[in-house]
This record gives sequence, structure tokens and C-alpha cells, in this order.
Amino acid sequence: MILIDAASWLLILAGCFFILVGALGMMRLPELFTRIHAASLIETLGAGFLFAGLMIQAGFTQVTLKLLFILLLFFFTGPVITHALAQAAIEAGIKPELAEDRRGRLDEDGTAPASGDDGRPS
Amino acid sequence: MFTAAALAVIAALVLVVVRVLKGPTLFDRVLAANSVGTLAIIFLAVLGFVNGRPEWLDIALTYGVLNLIGTLAILKFFRHGDLAHDAGEDDA
Repeated sequence: MILIDAASWLLILAGCFFILVGALGMMRLPELFTRIHAASLIETLGAGFLFAGLMIQAGFTQVTLKLLFILLLFFFTGPVITHALAQAAIEAGIKPELAEDRRGRLDEDGTAPASGDDGRPS
Repeated sequence: MFTAAALAVIAALVLVVVRVLKGPTLFDRVLAANSVGTLAIIFLAVLGFVNGRPEWLDIALTYGVLNLIGTLAILKFFRHGDLAHDAGEDDA
């Protein structure tokens, strides 16, 4: 019994760690597209570990099912919102800052070229 | 231990709210506001365990659905200028 408790506390601690790292990334990272990465950390690893720990605490009850539903909601809505946000930002003319300058591959109005030479679908 | 988790979530909320206030672009604010919603859901779930009333998860679930709709509505509004935009209308 104490082993199960320890496992759940460990999972909750890991979740707290990733939530704090994600929030710190939201503060410290330099521009929008890197901050999207930090935000996704909160709702995948952070919420995932934390809710796994809570599920172990709740046992095999209805509470576990609800936690599972919230996790499923995160896993489906996170990518949708991130994709819509990145698309809207690119369309508004915000370009990602890259270490290697590849901005010439984007057209002047901020939309991706029709056929990129890097094989990405436009 | 649940209280410690709740405190961690509050600390994360403070950091993300600072990002909402700082910007600098609109999309940074939208992203941070969405993260505030996500953290609020996590906070509600943890708080339910702190108080020994996990029924609060229902509120968290509802909040999650509203968070998705709200963020997508804001993004659509600022991308097209109105919420009733028909994508096939101007075939850009």
C-alpha cells in the first residue's frame, strides 16, 4: 500500500516539475513559436504525470474516469489550438527566428511558398 | 502533498499571467491565456483532492470545453475580423 502511495506521490512531483518548467519556459523563451513548445509541455507531460498520480490516489472509481476524460480532452484540443495559433501567427506575418537564416523560403507576405524545396506541404 | 501540487500550479499560473500581461504580440497573449485555462483545469482537479471532494472534476471538464471554444473563437476573430466568416467566400 505504501508503495502505491509512493508511486503516486512520485508521479505528482514529476507533474509539478514539468508544469513549473513549462511555465518558466513561457516566461523565458525568446519568441512565439518557442513559447508554443513550452505551453505544450504543460498540458502533455505536466497534466499527464499529475493526473496519473491523482488517478492512483483515486483508485478504480468514477473519479479516475473523469480524470481520463480531461486528459483525453487535453490530448485532442492541445494540437488543434497550437496548430490554429501557429497558422494564424504565420498568416499575420510573424516569422520564426531561426539560428540558421532560412527566412528567404517564406514569401514576403508571410505565407509559405507553394512548393518548398524542403519537402514540407505548404 | 496535494497542497504542494496546488502551490506549484499557482506559481506556474503567476508566471503565465505575467506572459499574458507582457505580450508582446497578440498571439503570445492568446497562447498564454489558453495556458491559464489549462492550469485552471489542473488547479480545479488538484483542489478537489485537497478538499476531499473530487466532484469538482465536472467543473474542470466543463471549463476545458469552454477553453477550447473560447481560444478558437478569439483566433478566428483576429484572423478574419468577424466570427461569422465563411472560408469559401473570398477563396484567398
